[in-house]
Amino acid sequence: MKSLPFLTIILLAPAICAIIMAFIPKEQVNPIKWLAATGTFISLAMSAYLYGVYDTAAGGLQFVERVPWIKDLGVSYFLAVDGISLPMLLLTNMIGFSAVFASWNLESRHREFFILLCLLISGVMGTFIAHDIFIFLLFYEVVVIPIYIMVIIWGSSKRVTKEYAGMKLTIYLLVGSAFLLVGIIALFVKSIPILGEPNMSFAALAQAGNQMSAFDQKWLFALMLIGFGSLISMWPFHSWSPDGYAGAPTAVSMIHAGVLKKIGGYGLIKIALFSLPLGAKFWAPYMAALGIAGVAYAAFAALAQKDLKYIVGYSSVSHMGYVMLAIGTVNVIGINGAVANMFAHGVMAALFFSAIGVIYEKTKTRWIPDLGGLARQMPLLAVSFMLAAFASLGLPGLIGFIPEFTIFIAGFKAFGGFAVIAIGGIVITALYALRAGANTLFGPPREEYNNLRDIRGAELVPLAVLGLVLIAGGLLPSLLFDMVNSGVEPLMNQLDNALKIGGLI
Amino acid sequence: MVQFSMHNAWLVPLLPALSFIIIAFITKQWKKTSAILSVGSMAISCFIASLAAYGVFSNYTLTEEPMVYSVKWFSMAGLNIDVGVQLDPVSAMMMFMVTLVSTLIFIYSIGYMEGDQGYSVFFSYLSLFGASMLLLIISSNLLQMFVAWELVGLCSYLLIGFYSHKVTAREAAKKAFITCRVADFGLLLGLISLQLIFGTLDIVELSGKISNFEQYTSMGIMTIIAILIFIGPIGKSGQFPLHVWLPDAMEGPTPVSALIHAATMVVAGVYLIARTIFLFAEVPPVMDMVAAIGGFTALFAASIAITQRDMKRILAYSTISQIGYMMLALGLGSLTASMFHLWTHAFFKALMFLGAGSVLYALHHKGDIWKMGGLLRKMPVTGYTFMVGCLAISGVPPFSGFWSKDEILLTAFDSGHYILFTMAALTSFMTAFYMWRLFFLAFTGQAQHEVQVKESPRTMTLPLVVLAFFAAIAGLIGTPWAPIWQNWIFSVHPHHPQANTMIMLGSVVLALAGMYLAYNLYYLDRSKAERMAEKYSFFWALSYNKFYVDELYLWFTHTIVDGGARLFYLFDIYIVDGIIVNGIGSLTKSFGSRLRLVQTGSLQSYALVFFLGVLAVAVIMALTDPSMALGLMGGVE
Repeated sequence: MKSLPFLTIILLAPAICAIIMAFIPKEQVNPIKWLAATGTFISLAMSAYLYGVYDTAAGGLQFVERVPWIKDLGVSYFLAVDGISLPMLLLTNMIGFSAVFASWNLESRHREFFILLCLLISGVMGTFIAHDIFIFLLFYEVVVIPIYIMVIIWGSSKRVTKEYAGMKLTIYLLVGSAFLLVGIIALFVKSIPILGEPNMSFAALAQAGNQMSAFDQKWLFALMLIGFGSLISMWPFHSWSPDGYAGAPTAVSMIHAGVLKKIGGYGLIKIALFSLPLGAKFWAPYMAALGIAGVAYAAFAALAQKDLKYIVGYSSVSHMGYVMLAIGTVNVIGINGAVANMFAHGVMAALFFSAIGVIYEKTKTRWIPDLGGLARQMPLLAVSFMLAAFASLGLPGLIGFIPEFTIFIAGFKAFGGFAVIAIGGIVITALYALRAGANTLFGPPREEYNNLRDIRGAELVPLAVLGLVLIAGGLLPSLLFDMVNSGVEPLMNQLDNALKIGGLI
Repeated sequence: MVQFSMHNAWLVPLLPALSFIIIAFITKQWKKTSAILSVGSMAISCFIASLAAYGVFSNYTLTEEPMVYSVKWFSMAGLNIDVGVQLDPVSAMMMFMVTLVSTLIFIYSIGYMEGDQGYSVFFSYLSLFGASMLLLIISSNLLQMFVAWELVGLCSYLLIGFYSHKVTAREAAKKAFITCRVADFGLLLGLISLQLIFGTLDIVELSGKISNFEQYTSMGIMTIIAILIFIGPIGKSGQFPLHVWLPDAMEGPTPVSALIHAATMVVAGVYLIARTIFLFAEVPPVMDMVAAIGGFTALFAASIAITQRDMKRILAYSTISQIGYMMLALGLGSLTASMFHLWTHAFFKALMFLGAGSVLYALHHKGDIWKMGGLLRKMPVTGYTFMVGCLAISGVPPFSGFWSKDEILLTAFDSGHYILFTMAALTSFMTAFYMWRLFFLAFTGQAQHEVQVKESPRTMTLPLVVLAFFAAIAGLIGTPWAPIWQNWIFSVHPHHPQANTMIMLGSVVLALAGMYLAYNLYYLDRSKAERMAEKYSFFWALSYNKFYVDELYLWFTHTIVDGGARLFYLFDIYIVDGIIVNGIGSLTKSFGSRLRLVQTGSLQSYALVFFLGVLAVAVIMALTDPSMALGLMGGVE
């Protein structure tokens, strides 16, 4: 019996809803919103189902759908998930679903907004389940455009204008992707003679890449590192991140910080690392060094911020520094930690941005000196904010801790004393996260906010979905790690073998 | 029943945890139900814990051969972490003590928190606090313990900042968490090193491997690891120089202070060292360091306590000082003495904090002891039970504190560390002095306030009476003539030093001298005290201002840390953004003009054009010789 094309359904559900929305009169705000919620919910429910039934003991690619497309270039419509992509898929849908509800009280142009949002979510999903590099890049480009439009239309201006923010965000992503494209296409072209035929699937490229000379692997990896690195806001290619998030509307910040920038880490691991092991080995210490620099630098920069979104923006740069450090260890514990940390950070960053979105929506400001004592007027909002803050400072019992712990283990093993700088980040993170919480939520309540009502109804969805995952993932880390490890371990074994052979040559 | 409890000790933390969840999600509206749930779950835990403890002691289980039940928590290639329950005399004793004291404190809170807006929330936090501490106690794995350790920190944050609309409470909560965080950084590094070197964080496995650590690592590394691990307890147990958060923790409601200071949180640090004593025992220099920091902290905190005016603050410094005693004993290698003092201290300190709470309740939360006076007559239950606490902490026989403190003094004396012994003895004198200073000022003499004082309600006085009972007799199980305690709780070999009558007498004399001095200055003629303060104003100011340690830290955070932060931020704006982003402005512009196409609506055509354009460049580059491609890129290697 042929099983359902799960991944295609998951991928298209929001996109199809977006198309239907285009035919609904734009005054019909509620049907539009509910349609967006339905589309993202279908994807969420089905990806949660896949997460549940994925066979971690068997590992490898599952739920494969493969249809040849462009024969001459070896392109095929190739969707599948493994232990690395499935968590990212689930993450995308959790955040996507929450982002719809975080945009519930949008003020203008509902139809356009939700159409773009659904397309964006589909695009991001596509990058995580595509196992053909052409399809991967196609989806990646699909993602960039809605983001730009959403920032410049629904964004907000503060330190920088929203136009500047949107432009900066887009240009960074495009310039980064240009490097990436060059690298990937070069890898593809060079793979043809090795494979004897053009083939754009990840596995084929990895097979070919493994056989390339160390020299080729190094420069190809360097290109991808710049491309994926700027996407994951690797220091010093990070400066789009705080400005971009500050300008973006809540839903875009949630998706961008939550999942989109994870495409960088995901690509680095799944494409660059496994295709070009010798290149990875060569650049590993540099990645780790940039990662460590990013952790400390961005944590300090976050400490100096007074705009809530800038704090979370820098904080996400800092957290991605951990991911870079982890990838730089090139060992199985580190890569496990990198993937798990991307998942964990996605959940907390999305929750953080949704909470900040609520604050901004109700008080019309994100400027900390103008805020204070909101916990009195909005206790549930305070819960949501503090949950995110504590997860972000790596509180054990919440989802962020174990991934960080594994990264510390791997980092300390690989780089000894240098990793201590990154581990020290936990202190600075605690300082800025708790300061932000204290100055926004606690202290004497302000009169001008007395009439604000707490989050309720649809506004509670992000807290319910993301908060639950934050806690469940923290108490039962094996929920996440069994999955991630089933994807990472076999690939790392291959990589170790490749390195051994490469070492012999 | 006993067997059941021993095999199911995991229920002990689980029940309060469940009560937290139920209160938070279901019964929040119904205050009475919430309180009953919280108290009830802790009482059942206490029942189970006492049965388990009974089982452990009647079996004479050894600390080195505990009962362990564990399950996988998470695993990956090369990293397996289990979580579980480790039941041995030390954990059984702690479990019993924590559940007992917590139950009493919870009952007390029913009355104390009456009418508070956040009544249910308060009980849910209390339950979570208890659950975290109990999880910490039963942990069979150091990572599991670290999780609980931080959760305890979280609960203290929530509870210290319970009145979060007050700026002082908010700041105190933050300070507590961040100070402990600094310390936990060290602890975490230590744990990571242990995991990397020994491949496990399981306590029993570790103790096996560490007993011949030479196979794994060098003495130098072990010393560093032991120091790193010790940093954690310095923060959590409020030892010098990370003690600053503890006195500020008084901002929380008083039952919280009692919970933090007596039963949970601060003793967690002592307990962690007790748990990993096998590690410390291998590195004598670190043991000496533990002893020295403990001894110094004991004296240092006592010297601050003698001039403070706020009732709870005095008790806070007294806690720091008493924990110092416990550290001192641990550093000298006596698990027995340290745990014994932990045990007695829990009762008399909980008693005194709850007594202070009762006083504050009556005086509408005005804590200055100079503005009290004459309370003994108005609040006899509170007053006389408080007096029992003072007798116990001062070390007057046969009250509990006397026996445990004597054990510590004796250990110090026998170990030949005479400087530490002298410090401990001096602390003993000062302790008696400042506690009775507090007592005489608050409870005797003329009333210095205008409040109509009346005794607190039954829910509050009942726990006081029970605690007073324990504070009086809890030491009798460890007298030199009937060393029951010493035969239960020890590491490696039972430890009972020969009773030394000289030291015993000496410590009583010191206690009485301290009491007499306090009597003289604060009961007979209070003006004398003020004259003393003026005469030695330099020392008085030093002590009253806590040796300016807080100011030093404030300066460090605001000048160095925040200054650094601003520097990084400016660097980010002017260098990274200024050079990388705006420096390539022309590139930006050319992209910008192309991006305008986006707004015209032809998104796909844009994407396609872009894609094809780069494709073309790439193909050209890749087909030409790689060195040329490198040349184009400016060289990679």
